[in-house]
Amino acid sequence: MNTFAGSRPDLREAPALWIGGTVLFVFAWFLLYRQLVPFSEWAVAHLPVDAGSHLGESVKFFIYDTPKVLMLLTLVVFGMGVVRSFFSPERTRALLAGRAEGFGNVAAAGLGVFTPFCSCSAVPLFVGFVSAGVPLGVTFSFLIAAPMVNEVALGLLFALLGWKVALTYLAFGLTLAIVAGWVIGRLHLEGWLEEWVRNVRATAVSLPQERLSIVDRLRAGVDAVKEIVGKVWLWIIAGIAAGAFIHGYVPNELLATIMGKDSWWSVPAAVLLGIPMYSNAAGIIPVVEALLGKGAALGTVLAFMMAVIALSFPEMVILRKVLTTKLIAVFIGVVGTGILGVGFLFNALFH
Amino acid sequence: MKEVKVLGPGCARCKATEEMVRVQAAKLGIQVKVEKVTDYAAIAGFGVASTPGIVVDGTVVHAGGLPKPEDVAKWLAA
Repeated sequence: MNTFAGSRPDLREAPALWIGGTVLFVFAWFLLYRQLVPFSEWAVAHLPVDAGSHLGESVKFFIYDTPKVLMLLTLVVFGMGVVRSFFSPERTRALLAGRAEGFGNVAAAGLGVFTPFCSCSAVPLFVGFVSAGVPLGVTFSFLIAAPMVNEVALGLLFALLGWKVALTYLAFGLTLAIVAGWVIGRLHLEGWLEEWVRNVRATAVSLPQERLSIVDRLRAGVDAVKEIVGKVWLWIIAGIAAGAFIHGYVPNELLATIMGKDSWWSVPAAVLLGIPMYSNAAGIIPVVEALLGKGAALGTVLAFMMAVIALSFPEMVILRKVLTTKLIAVFIGVVGTGILGVGFLFNALFH
Repeated sequence: MKEVKVLGPGCARCKATEEMVRVQAAKLGIQVKVEKVTDYAAIAGFGVASTPGIVVDGTVVHAGGLPKPEDVAKWLAA
């Protein structure tokens, strides 16, 4: 393995090259990003469709949004990959074990945003947390915050809808995770876990402390881009296509009536509609952008988005391995109520 | 003979990790007995919260994400 180590240092490991490469990449990114609007205008002007027609509007939306969303996502995921190299699930668990509720819920929700884990790890993670003595409510705060306030959703909201919406979303997502976890903890439902989960006793493992170099961390960012953008790009293009269709063809009055802020039932309807849908933030946010442009109310649209992300049916099927049906029902009830609250509140605030 | 356990419920990365262990062991000419642990209770029993995890001769050496091939070689050779 180390045959060349003595004679010639491996260039792929040189910190200067990695840091320089990153700076260059970010610089090129901004240059390219600034060309998107002129480019899309140029492209649309040269298309054989009438610019003012329905089709023209749709095509314009698609041509502008596709590179924009993909570029923003790449940058955000890269940054998040680097940040996440500082947190591991095992370390998070050690931080949370034995924490009192209350503060524990707040810490869990915060860590949920940054701790990386793939969806196939959700069950081992859950079992690992509970068996290591992390209170059930605190574990739930973590499990709710992790998908809800993910880097993709936050980055896209910031890019497409501005920092106010992104920040409010972050605040409400965290609050929801904290309160819902706290409520579940108060209900003392440990008995509603599947029996084998209660019986697992975890041994605290001390992994050899890996000292990650700056190159390792930057590489973690690149890996995150390869993995996440590699997986969601199709969803994004599908989402933008749906958004483009809405943008070009759906009449304003229709959406303003169905999803507008004057129809109180639109928020619960949006939540119910969102649960069986399985998408991820990447596919849903371009649709959100188009809906908002058509006069849909922000609270209604965000409630829909949160329901899609946090209450997805496949996620429940996975959780069924560790939770009894009763506990899943409580989980859906508490989180669903929270999302309704967020929806109504947003509609009232952004009038 | 090294006893290696690959912890993971069976996602793509867990399979890739198992493959990596076999490939590296063959490269180094080390005899290994690879066992896959898919039972959640057993995985949690090792204290691993993020999969795939690797256990060499009873000691957890890795948890979470694909390991680097050179690290796998290092653990096997140790």
